[in-house]
Amino acid sequence: MQVKSMAEYAANGETPEVLFWVGCAGSFDQRAQRITKAFVQILDKVGIKFAILGKEEMCTGDPARRAGNEFLFQMMAYNNINTLNAYGIKKVVTICPHCFNVFKNEYPKLGGNYEVMHHTTFLQQLINDGKVVLKDGGAFKGKKITYHDSCYLGRGNGIYEAPREVLQAFDTELVEMKRCRSNGMCCGAGGAQMFKEEEQGTTRVNFDRAEQALETGATVIAANCPFCTTMLMDGVKNKEKEDSVKVLDIAEMVAMSL
Amino acid sequence: MHIAQQILFIVCAAAAVFFFTKKVKELRRNILLGRDEDISDNKDQRWRNMILLALGQKKMFKKPVPAFLHLAVYAGFIIINIEILEIFIDGITGAHRIFAPVLGGLYSFLVGFFEVLALLVLIGCVVFLIRRNVLKVRRLNMPELKGWPGNDANLILITEVVLMSFFLIMNAADLNLQQMGGEHYTRTEPFWISQHLMGLFSGMSEGSLVALERTCWWLHIIGVLLFLNYLPYSKHLHIILAFPNAYYAKLVPQGEVKNMQEIQNEVLYMMEPDKAPADAAAPTRFGAKDVMDLSWKNLLDAYSCTECGRCSASCPANMTGKKLSPRKIMMDTRDRLEEVGKNINENGEFKEDGKSLLHDYISVEELRACTTCQACVEACPVTIDPLDIIMQLRRNLIMEESSAPQEWNLMFGNVENNMAPWKFSPDDRDAWVNDVN
Repeated sequence: MQVKSMAEYAANGETPEVLFWVGCAGSFDQRAQRITKAFVQILDKVGIKFAILGKEEMCTGDPARRAGNEFLFQMMAYNNINTLNAYGIKKVVTICPHCFNVFKNEYPKLGGNYEVMHHTTFLQQLINDGKVVLKDGGAFKGKKITYHDSCYLGRGNGIYEAPREVLQAFDTELVEMKRCRSNGMCCGAGGAQMFKEEEQGTTRVNFDRAEQALETGATVIAANCPFCTTMLMDGVKNKEKEDSVKVLDIAEMVAMSL
Repeated sequence: MHIAQQILFIVCAAAAVFFFTKKVKELRRNILLGRDEDISDNKDQRWRNMILLALGQKKMFKKPVPAFLHLAVYAGFIIINIEILEIFIDGITGAHRIFAPVLGGLYSFLVGFFEVLALLVLIGCVVFLIRRNVLKVRRLNMPELKGWPGNDANLILITEVVLMSFFLIMNAADLNLQQMGGEHYTRTEPFWISQHLMGLFSGMSEGSLVALERTCWWLHIIGVLLFLNYLPYSKHLHIILAFPNAYYAKLVPQGEVKNMQEIQNEVLYMMEPDKAPADAAAPTRFGAKDVMDLSWKNLLDAYSCTECGRCSASCPANMTGKKLSPRKIMMDTRDRLEEVGKNINENGEFKEDGKSLLHDYISVEELRACTTCQACVEACPVTIDPLDIIMQLRRNLIMEESSAPQEWNLMFGNVENNMAPWKFSPDDRDAWVNDVN
């Protein structure tokens, strides 16, 4: 497989179909890198001409903005938008709902207008178009799966069905948690909480949420966000269920079923 | 005798309207202490929201049981108040049930219908009192409701029970008087509910019944007038402000955080100095420290909150025992705004009192617990946005006070220097490619 950067495409005078915005977690975090690799494996298999920004990609500024550091957010936005506009980027796909939200809702006001898709919507379209076919009903045949709505895909942008449609393509049983869709509960990472110790409380948000997922009796917890994935894995570990229950991004599940 | 009652009625009604109007003007002034925010777009969508969310109570139906009870109480309370029209005309002219002869059978039907609603209101309020005080539903018993807010809630419910009881007893006494053939008491069909209460008063003399009927009539209307004047001091104000608040609701996706144009410009002028106007002034305030720094919509939100606690019940921080409660954010905003309003009433203009919303009302620990998950925004039946206030206070903490947890300062440093929130070399951003190529 050949993953090419935007700079390489530009040097050859070529234009990719879509820019894959990897995001910081997908680039650096070892767990999230597996999601990144799974997603490019799918893109490669389907034969989509995609590019990454590579070393030119920067944090969107999301955690800075939500922590209250608007100045830092604006600096990151300025730099990213300049890079993307210089390459004439039109279409972006990302595996991070936080990046997705910033691109979709916050960059346009700053001069960054792109058609942006979250990877679960992208995958849903590939499946609907018959470009991705899950082998033998997928790698999770007969298993119980539950799906965790991330805040910035679900409540933040009203995308509840696309990821579920992907999961329905698997030959599995999809069970909902008590809190799901618009009533879904946060994993505890948003609002820059990922980067600090939780405030004092009776328990941790991710412990609570993971327990809700475990209560469904599912053996796979499907997620759509690298931060949720980490938080839920920690929550499952806390209950010492990591051997029997897996937390997986939807892209990983699809990649395992090709 | 009649004339004295008529004069007394006119004086009471005029006083009630006068004091209510005065207080409403004060509320309007307080709300406008907030920052300007232009919300004049998408009028069609806004009217639709007002009809669906405020009138139709669409978001309430996420919890069907309280929703139906609330709808009954609300519809009953509004529709029964049509009766007030007759009470006013009777009160001013000294007539008795002036519409009865005009409307004939329809009159008895209408009053019967109002009585059914009154009974529903009564039952609804009793169930609400039980949920609050006996079943102790979690969201109705959180720490921020201790003292006045909890009493306020019970007082409203009890008042409604009492007002509805007066209405039903008045009609039952009236029916008894009709049977006695009192000339003043226009004959009607027996009203649907109060006819079953007639027996309670059947042994009473005509004089006692007249006294009972009049007492209930007076207590009912005085109760209504007092309740009207109680609204602006109470959480119950939501019955009015839910409407404008739904109209001015946020229409963009919930995930979007408001842009700070002035900071955007600062960064632009820093990166491209040639674009900076000669007279570019730095912003005077970053985010919000006090209620005057918030937008008028945030302040309207605060007055619209009826403290139902759906926001706090769905807040992941609150559920896991953190100090944050989105409802308390709204209650604090209103309390501080009321304090500022009183300050202005006393001094003619706001006199610095050494206090602010941030720190004196809302603590740093509460703000730091928010995951910006928007569950509170989603949960609010009247489209209040506590997250918008939290964000503005957070901005003030970071950009004016440089107050951040050490880990956040490290994260900011990493984002600025390594272009990622962690301390990795930017050169390794695409290192994962080596594993797949």
